[in-house]
Amino acid sequence: MKKTLISSPYIVWMIVFIVVPMAMVAYFAFTDGNGNFTLEYITEVGQYSNIFVRSIWLAAIATVICLVVAYPVAFILATMNKRHQSTMLMIVMLPMWMNFLLRTYAWMTLLGNNGIINTVLGYFGLGPYKMLNTQGAVVLGMVYNYLPYMILPLYSVMVKIDKSLLEAAQDLGCNSKKVLFKVVLPLSLPGVTSGITMVFVPAISTFIISRMLGGGSNLLIGDLIEMQFLGNSYNPNLGAGISLVLMVIVLLIMTIMNQFDSDDEDRVLI
Amino acid sequence: MQNIVSLKDVNVAFDGETILNNISLDIRDKEFVTFLGPSGCGKTTTLRIIGGFLSPDSGTVSFEGKVINNVPPHKRNVNTVFQRYALFPHLNVYDNIAFGLRVKKMPEKEIQKRVAEMLEIVNLRGYEKRSVNRLSGGQQQRVAIARALVNRPRVLLLDEPLGALDLKLRKEMQTELKAIQQQLEITFIYVTHDQEEALTMSDTVVVMNKGDIQQIGTPVDIYNEPINAFVADFIGESNILDGIMRKDFLVEICGREFECVDKGFGEDVPVDVVIRPEDVKLTDVNDAKITGVVESVTFKGVHYEMVIEAYDFSWLVHSTKAAELGSAVGISFDPFDIHIMKKMRKEA
Repeated sequence: MKKTLISSPYIVWMIVFIVVPMAMVAYFAFTDGNGNFTLEYITEVGQYSNIFVRSIWLAAIATVICLVVAYPVAFILATMNKRHQSTMLMIVMLPMWMNFLLRTYAWMTLLGNNGIINTVLGYFGLGPYKMLNTQGAVVLGMVYNYLPYMILPLYSVMVKIDKSLLEAAQDLGCNSKKVLFKVVLPLSLPGVTSGITMVFVPAISTFIISRMLGGGSNLLIGDLIEMQFLGNSYNPNLGAGISLVLMVIVLLIMTIMNQFDSDDEDRVLI
Repeated sequence: MQNIVSLKDVNVAFDGETILNNISLDIRDKEFVTFLGPSGCGKTTTLRIIGGFLSPDSGTVSFEGKVINNVPPHKRNVNTVFQRYALFPHLNVYDNIAFGLRVKKMPEKEIQKRVAEMLEIVNLRGYEKRSVNRLSGGQQQRVAIARALVNRPRVLLLDEPLGALDLKLRKEMQTELKAIQQQLEITFIYVTHDQEEALTMSDTVVVMNKGDIQQIGTPVDIYNEPINAFVADFIGESNILDGIMRKDFLVEICGREFECVDKGFGEDVPVDVVIRPEDVKLTDVNDAKITGVVESVTFKGVHYEMVIEAYDFSWLVHSTKAAELGSAVGISFDPFDIHIMKKMRKEA
């Protein structure tokens, strides 16, 4: 009884700010402006399938790059001297202390046609290269902004791996590469799945990064949804429909992903 | 017999603190060797050096006569049973045991045969598919032993493998380990702080303290002829007294002179005198050289443990007959039960 009492503020919070809004999203998605039931908006989402595909594609690329970059970093962090660990962790988190918008703006000035990178390249007679307003720039922005969210869960899982397991693997004939693939990787899978979730979900629904670094030509789902609520094409019912479809897609992807470590005892997220 | 592992002048220091101080040691093939000592004596460090997880600051480690200082663990013909087993939690019993063979790319059929063989030896048939997280401590221990032995190493290193088991299980495993060692004819290098375990299982015991080897010998030698007071005290309970060697075969303890069987210490030299509690006999007050008062009597099952205060020394006495608490008793011992040792050099 006591436990339910203590958790009641959170339950109330959840109902008011999560369950009710979700129900409202669903309501708007399935009704027209007059409150009559319709599937019109859900089917209309189909028109934007190219934007969905692009969003999923770019978010997936960014997630994979984050994973490839973060994995060795997390491993090095987890195996390094305890004293240096906290310092290094702070350095990893340092960019997160800076405002998200500001960080992304900084990339605009770096990548622009007259930006710092092209200026420097110009001294060597190279370029200018079109870097800003490309899909590459969007992926770069995603990787840069969400990398810490991949490193942290990986690190926290890896740091808990018993070091004697690594020694045991060596003892049984594994060189460092085999230790990594036969012991570290399988034991860090929970971190991999939660890292992927933490990066993929915000990346697929971002609108600031694509707007600032992708120009007008690389719209993502986030931009599309934003336009339905704040833009000229005001249409909250369609916005709700798109949101609902996006949510279903994300849930599906996450469910499939979680199958990979389904026999793990302590499941992470979802 | 031939030496399989040799350490020569091995030194190790962590952060300026000496862990191993010029250790030299030869281990013969097919021997059961135990490193025995209190925690922090350097026994685990020595084991890790042989396993390859640590390289010495100076000195050489040889395996069958070849120096292996720079050979990484995965290339050594040595396997380890780790202190807390270190079983792979993501693999079941079978896959844990098969791990080393799979790394070596052995055909799956041969692996099957060998794993089945090992499961038989460690008494775990039928547990193949069991998750290692659902095994008891004793069973995990067996898996760890099987996982190491299945690779047929020349040397098996065991780092306090029975430390986490309860007393009864320990005893069983001691017997089993010894039997496995004799059956497979593999060199076992065993680390423990439990003197009884060391005496029960080993062919050779290496007693260590503070990074130094104190004594190397058979269990019987170590128990009966401890080289100094530390060894005497660590191997079983002892009465360690200050004595003066008056001349060969005559030692003075508590102001009385006693015949003994040791010689060669010189004349009037201060020595440590060790007398085992079971060698002290209680006698009538009237015909004893040393008399004292019974301070405590504790029943220990097989014997009574008594403390007798005599000449400012608390004598520990084991006897099957209890003396009356507070009564005056005489103490005597036979000449060959008096062990004379050089005074230990003062430890820093």
